[in-house]
Amino acid sequence: MVKNTLNVGRISEGFVLDHIQAGRSMDIYKYLHLDKLDCCVAIIKNAKSNKMGKKDIMKIECPIDFMDLDVLGFIDHNITINIVKDEKVVDKKALHLPHEIKNIIKCKNPRCITSIEQELEHVFVLTDPEHEIYRCKYCEQKYDGRLRRR
Amino acid sequence: MRHLMSPLDFSVEELEKLMETAGDIESNPQKYAHVCDGKKLATLFYEPSTRTRLSHEAAMLNLGGSVLGFSSADSSSAAKGESVADTIRTISCYADICAMRHPKEGAALVASQNATIPVINAGDGGHQHPTQTLADLLTIHSLKGRLGNMTIGLCGDLKFGRTVHSLIHALVRYPHVRFVLISPEELRVPSYIRTDVLDQQNIEYEEVVRLEDALPSLDILYMTRVQKERFFNEEDYVRMKDFYILDSKKMELAPKDMYVLHPLPRVNEIAVEVDNDPRAAYFKQAQYGVYIRMALIMTLLNIEV
Repeated sequence: MVKNTLNVGRISEGFVLDHIQAGRSMDIYKYLHLDKLDCCVAIIKNAKSNKMGKKDIMKIECPIDFMDLDVLGFIDHNITINIVKDEKVVDKKALHLPHEIKNIIKCKNPRCITSIEQELEHVFVLTDPEHEIYRCKYCEQKYDGRLRRR
Repeated sequence: MRHLMSPLDFSVEELEKLMETAGDIESNPQKYAHVCDGKKLATLFYEPSTRTRLSHEAAMLNLGGSVLGFSSADSSSAAKGESVADTIRTISCYADICAMRHPKEGAALVASQNATIPVINAGDGGHQHPTQTLADLLTIHSLKGRLGNMTIGLCGDLKFGRTVHSLIHALVRYPHVRFVLISPEELRVPSYIRTDVLDQQNIEYEEVVRLEDALPSLDILYMTRVQKERFFNEEDYVRMKDFYILDSKKMELAPKDMYVLHPLPRVNEIAVEVDNDPRAAYFKQAQYGVYIRMALIMTLLNIEV
């Protein structure tokens, strides 16, 4: 009898993102701009997890100094990042809430200068780490969106 | 190079020094009459303002400098679609310092990031108006001789009034300040000011609706205008606009050493008869606004006397 399992091959160099909240992997694909990169990406949705019930996993094959993963700390700092080199996990990266995030989320305040100024970066700053509150650098409007882990 | 974006950009000690300079300017104006000879202030006002623009210009002229600028977006390149960043890069070639008012929140910060001259935020939408707060602080300090150990009543539109929010932020840095927040239910101080600022720092405050109930305990009464432009319908504005009218009869309830401040312009909230009361300090406040802006220009230009 064949077991109902799905196998995804090893990567030689890159990242394995584990413990992604089920259903969020495509958001991460988008915010890491993986659609613009010519690299091999495997997305496993709704994998069984003892800890989470269901989870998503991503495998990204690329040079390890190629990608800035800090934004993951903003999206979901519970994600585990395994750094792979020569087909082995050589390091695990702990995620923290980044102090500043650029061009990931947009300020929705119509009175903010970001609504009219050309080429202005959308920057949010962590103003309250305890309550994980980010505010627009320009108008100080609190980020109230749904990008982050729910 | 330093800019002024928010009243909290200066520490309590730096503010003390700024107010000391402003006090010396008041006592010895001649000493400062030429300290900015040859310097130019650009006033970039993308929306109309009378007193803020003129008080900045008066401040620079009093220091011996000169002024240039525009007083509406229509008369600037913004009408042609020029960005704030490009405007300030250009203005940096013409002037030594600039004061900017813009309807969009954060516009002055964008200017400061692209300028090679100091930028003073002279109001960015409903966000910050730091020079008004500095003028308020100097007025209170000059009249009462202190900024701590006092009860301050804030009355009127506490919901939309940015001067009130900035003043609260600035005053909680001083010891034993107590607030009495006087407003109708619809115009209460926003909850984030109550929870994030007052509650978090254990600042004593009470909220009352009747001005008469608050007056006897106050050292300072800060009146504000109900701003028509903030209301979505005329009916609500009409209902709120005359909610508080400070008149001579109500002033009888106030202590003899309480002072009345107002960021101006006033509409109906202070009866003209109160102007003759020695406790009416709102026109002095406008004068202090010039002194503090003089001290500010000197500080940002690193001019010491």
